This record gives sequence, structure tokens and C-alpha cells, in this order.
Amino acid sequence: MATVEIRNVRKSYGPVEAIKGIDIAIQDGEFLVLLGPSGCGKSTLLRMVAGLEGITGGQIAIGGRVVNDLDPKDRDIAMVFQNYALYPHMTVFDNMAYGLKIRGIPKAEIRARVDKAANILELGRFLDRRPSQLSGGQRQRVAMGRAIVREPAAFLFDEPLSNLDAKLRTQMRVEIKRLQDRLGITSLYVTHDQVEAMTLADRILVMNHGVAEQIGTPLEVYQRPASLFVAGFIGSPPMNVLDGRIDDHGEVVLVPGGQRLPLPQPRPTDAGRPIKLGIRPEHLAVAAEGFSIEVELVEALGADTVVYGRLPDSETLLVRMAGIPTVRERDRLTVTPQDGALHLFDAVTGRRVE
Amino acid sequence: MQRRVTFDNRLLPYLLLAPQVTVTLVFFIWPAANAIWQSVHLQDAFGIRSEFVWFENFTHVLSDPNYLDTLKVTVVFSIAVTVLAMGVALLLAVLADSKIKGARAYKTLLIWPYALAPAVAAVLWMFIFNPDIGSFGQALRALGYDWDYRLNGGQALVMVIMAASWKQVSYNFIFFLAGLQAIPRSVMEAASIDGAGPMRRFWTITFPLLSPTTFFLLVVDMVYAFFETFGTIHALTQGGPGKATETLIFRVYQDGVVNNDLGGSSAQSVILMVIVIALTAVQFRFVERKVHYA
Repeated sequence: MATVEIRNVRKSYGPVEAIKGIDIAIQDGEFLVLLGPSGCGKSTLLRMVAGLEGITGGQIAIGGRVVNDLDPKDRDIAMVFQNYALYPHMTVFDNMAYGLKIRGIPKAEIRARVDKAANILELGRFLDRRPSQLSGGQRQRVAMGRAIVREPAAFLFDEPLSNLDAKLRTQMRVEIKRLQDRLGITSLYVTHDQVEAMTLADRILVMNHGVAEQIGTPLEVYQRPASLFVAGFIGSPPMNVLDGRIDDHGEVVLVPGGQRLPLPQPRPTDAGRPIKLGIRPEHLAVAAEGFSIEVELVEALGADTVVYGRLPDSETLLVRMAGIPTVRERDRLTVTPQDGALHLFDAVTGRRVE
Repeated sequence: MQRRVTFDNRLLPYLLLAPQVTVTLVFFIWPAANAIWQSVHLQDAFGIRSEFVWFENFTHVLSDPNYLDTLKVTVVFSIAVTVLAMGVALLLAVLADSKIKGARAYKTLLIWPYALAPAVAAVLWMFIFNPDIGSFGQALRALGYDWDYRLNGGQALVMVIMAASWKQVSYNFIFFLAGLQAIPRSVMEAASIDGAGPMRRFWTITFPLLSPTTFFLLVVDMVYAFFETFGTIHALTQGGPGKATETLIFRVYQDGVVNNDLGGSSAQSVILMVIVIALTAVQFRFVERKVHYA
């Protein structure tokens, strides 16, 4: 168990800078999720912590010890790979015992540790099998077992659930959460799936183009997205974004089509400023006044319904309603945001305006 | 899942198979049958009459002490060629698989020797190692080493082993390289995170995962050493000096074509065939068990 500190870490491939200075201190026992679209550098960052990629600039420290120049084997970490990376020619037992044997741990203790891990993961019956004789979910658990028995300072997960089908993914997600609560080992978890991020993380680091867009708890990231990118990436369906302008008194936002939306607090200093306005689909409700939309498409999800509406100026507005649909295509609706549910972003930089 | 292809014309499948079957019949089954037939006959010197003699040719061959010497040379030669060709190829493949500069050029160059005819390769080796005109041969003699494979049987054997192995390294190299590239990178990374250094990774992960390739090459190389090295030996040493580099296949040619003992030579071919079939069977029976097919 240990802290993991990432200090201004950079990675370049020739002239291309893949990671442009990431800073975060992960506390002992914390579960940090690195979230972002493919190519954002999240896997590279994880592999740098593992020692599988060189560090171009900055420092990584595990348990207070700078590991920049240490081999993976000397960093006291265990990693779970997307394709499991099990040793195909070894039994489940040998797969889990491999790292322990190398470290010269006595046979009896290896046996005990593997049995314990197999128990936790319900792999006891499969210890003599080869990976090829296991299902995807079982292989995934063996990969987890191989990490657990090592009792490392930190776990690194590289999209561990993305090769599983939807049902198994949900099930394994819960198991990982339970396991981490029980073992309390510092964990870094890479994913592009916002549901995994929201449910597993103590804190989420949202990455885009090699930059940390936001670091925060799942609810902070949802409730106060620090940028337009985060606002669009977290939440399903994604947040509506409209072009707007704060009026000359700094009291309302004017959006095309003539709507006037009162600001929670007046901001006279921003009077006249052009702005990007974000409203989550779940924060729009039918009302007497507000945005007038023509319903284009209705998606009934059972527990709730997503309505795709068209504003008069032809922008799309998504509305999420509870329960089964009460509107039909080509209906006209008037919706308005709930109080305080407006997110303002700078029209140029896309950063949140507080 | 079973795939079945159906042909409208009943004759078409046979027609498509015909070329391969014909080649096998003409160049393999017919000569082999001929060898078996001849191995139990004794022919007169002019090839006019032949007489059925049961297994007399076999008893004659097997009781010849010279034949047993040839067998010994063949065993040494085959084991040495197989081990050397596979060992060197594996080493080169591992190096080529790691990140090195000019890997592409290096791979291409390594494959070239395979395209050479055995006789051409042998002439090449002769130019290098000939004590009078060969650059390396001259150098050895200039250093005071008494190098002359035309007189020294041991040196001759070493040279044909090296030449024969060198030809086969290319072939093995391609297969080993393909085998290495089929091992997922993440498995090696998992092993390095688990604490295994490069040597241990090689022996506990890479080598076992390469075992199907290794086994295949073991069979192929052994058959190569027994049969296909004839050209190399013929061009380099003609089996000499004395009979120091005479392998079974070379002797078959020597006794049958040069000495005109068709019966004895055929008996030898049959024995050779039995040896190779037996060795292959043994390999499949005992070595393949340890092979892991992913």
C-alpha cells in the first residue's frame, strides 16, 4: 500500500507530445480512474507508471520513492491487462504463482496466498486448468488473482473489462469495487466508459489530448464539469450546448430564438459576454414557458425517455423525462431548465465560467 | 464448424487433385516402390538379368563395418546440423525481434542463403575455406594452423556441418521469427511486471510458447540433414577424405550410381527411409507431448 505521485509528467514520441504535463497525487488506498476517449494518453500514462514506457519529463513516485529509472519488476506494482495477458502454457495456479516463485517466496506460502485469492475470486475449481479452458470472465478473474497474490503497493488496470460482454462487465465492475474496498490497495484504472468511471472511482482524472481536463470526485465531475469537453463526455445522453450571450445587466442569458434564462446570481462584470450554455437533458422539464421544440424522435428506454427536439433556429435539444413516453413525434413541447441547472463555459476556451 | 464445398461436376475435384497426386506418384511413390523392389533383387553388372534374393542385400549391408561407420558419421552430422541450425536461427530471430536498427535489412539478408542452390552454397564455402585459394583457409594457414579439410577428416566434417547448417538457418529463422511475433506483447510485459528478467522471460515464457515451431523445425531439420544435404557434401568433399564425411544418403548414391550396386544401394535407401520414419514417429510420440499448442 502506498501513495502514487505523478509530478508534471510528460511523454513525447519524437516531435509529438502525447502527454503534456500531468500532475496528481493519489492517496494511499484511493481508487483513481483515468477517463478519456481513445488516443487521449490515458493508457500511456498508466504504462509509464508501470514502467513499460519511458518517461520523457517529470517524475513518478510510488510510496515516496521516485521510480523513473526503475524496471517494472522493481516498482512493486501489479497490472491487469485488457486482453488479460495470461501465460497460455501454464495452469491457473502457475499463472498466479509465477510472480511469487520469481521472488523466492516459500512454496507453502505461495500455496496459501494463491488459495486465498482463488477463494475470494471463486476460482478454486479451476486451479488446474489452462487459460484456454476458461471463459472470458474467468480469465479476467485469473488476471485479477495474479495481481492480488502479489500484494503490491498499487494495482494498475488497463481497460480490464472492455473485452467482456455487457452483462459480465457490470458483474465484474461490482466485483472489482468490492475487492478494492476489501483490500484497500491504491488503484489506477484506465477506461473510456463513463459508467465504470462514475461507479468505481474515488476520484476521476478526465484526460483529453494529453491534458488533464479535470480531476475530481465523480459527482463533482458531473455537477461542475470544468470544461465543455468534460461536460460532453460525462453524462448520457450528453449535455446540450447552446450559443448564448449574457445581457447588458448581467442578469439573464440570451439564447437565439429570443429565450431569456435568468442566471442564479447576477454577474454584472460579465455583461455582454458571449457564452456557451450547457443544460443537461435530465434538467429540462415541461413548463408553461421556455424553449419551444418540435419533437423529432422519441427513444423509450423503459425507466426513462429521451426526446430529441428541434429548436426554431434548427439546433437540437435533448430532453430526458422519467417513465414511459407521453409525447409523440411532431408534437410541440415547451421545456425549461430547472433552477441552478445552467452551466456556463467560455465561448473561446471552453473552460467553465463560475 | 465444418465447411463443406460442393462441386456440381463429380469429376472436377479429382481433376483438381490430379497434379499433386501425379507429382507424388511419379517422384515419390514410384521410386520408393522401385527401391523396395530392387532391394530384394540382385542385378548382374550389365543390368540385363536380375534375381530375387530375399534379404541378402540387407544382411550384406548391415554386416559391413564400413556401413556402420557411415551410420556413425550420419548421426554426428545430423545432430550437429539440427542443433546448430536451430540454435543459431533462434538466437538471430530473438535479436531480430527486439528493437534494433536496420531490422528490415537484417531480416532480408538472413533469408537470402535459403535461395541458394546447395551446390552454389558449397562452392561459396570452398572459396572461403580452401587452404590454397580460400581467404579464410589461407588466413588459418598463415596463423600456423594446419588447416586442410582435403586431408583432415575431422576438419572436413566440421566444414560440411557448418555449410549444411548455414543453409538451413535461414529457413529456421523465418519460422522462429514468425513464432516470436505471434507471442502477444502484453504477455511479455505481464512477465516483466511479475519480476522476470530477460533470461527468465525467455526460458519460462518465450521458449515454451515457441514449442510448436521448435517441434516442427526439429522434424524438418532432421529430414533435411538426412536427405537434402547430399548436394552440399557432394560439392564440398565428395564424402572424403577417406569416408570421413560420407553420410547414408551420400553412400546410397556412391554405391548405386558410382559403384553400380543397385541392389545394395536400394537396400540402403530402404533402411534410410525406415530410420527417418522411425525417428519422426518417435518425435511425434514423445516430444510432441511436451509441446503446447495455444
